Amino acid sequence: MNGLRRVLLQRAGAIAAGLATGLLNPIAAWAATWNKDAFGAKSAGDALQRLGAADPAPSKDIVIEAPQIAENGAVVPIEITSNIPGTTSIAVLVEKNPYPLVAKFDFAEGALPYVKVNAKMGETSDVRVVATAGGKHYAASKEIKVTIGGCGG
Amino acid sequence: MAGPMKMRAKLGNGFTDVRVLMSHPMATEQQTKGKPHFIQNVTVKVNGKTVIEGEISQAVSRNPVFSFRLKGGAKGDKIQVSWLDNKGETNQTETAVA
Repeated sequence: MNGLRRVLLQRAGAIAAGLATGLLNPIAAWAATWNKDAFGAKSAGDALQRLGAADPAPSKDIVIEAPQIAENGAVVPIEITSNIPGTTSIAVLVEKNPYPLVAKFDFAEGALPYVKVNAKMGETSDVRVVATAGGKHYAASKEIKVTIGGCGG
Repeated sequence: MAGPMKMRAKLGNGFTDVRVLMSHPMATEQQTKGKPHFIQNVTVKVNGKTVIEGEISQAVSRNPVFSFRLKGGAKGDKIQVSWLDNKGETNQTETAVA
């Protein structure tokens, strides 16, 4: 009983110290935005429209490195580099997923327009990457074959 | 509960390579009968300045691993990565560039 009290007191102390030094950010510190509309879209076209990136122009300057055949759809590594100067944003979409938009990254000064992410894929699909530079949108895609889907249980 | 995070940041050829692992179920709607649990926001800071902001979905794999690249960089730069999920849970980790 007393031991538990000790532990709780210690933890309370640690939390107070963390708050004092700003190590623990209260949730309010998150100016978090999450584009519910775009992530809830059921087609890649709708998702892009809701991201404000409809009809991107094809580009060879977006490099997508991913396996041609993914044995396990639960973990498909996708590596993206945009060689388009001034790229500020990269969005990744798996066309045939129930909700195609997988992720979107915004890059500020100091970051390179590069990201590697592991995605779930329900079935064989084109993976579309849309990069934004100077207010314009560019796209590239690559087909990844999936032998075991990774979206269900 | 938010599990541990792991991160390493290494100086490469003209850039800093950051690799971060987050412990999170990333449970989809299908897996949870309509009650998904997944990270929505990922933020990368260098010496306190936000350089990458990511929004991610339930289609990111369980225990997400991300690689990012930062322009230049120097040994000792402090890299901080934090996440926030759809239930308001949050976690963060910090490391110095090696």
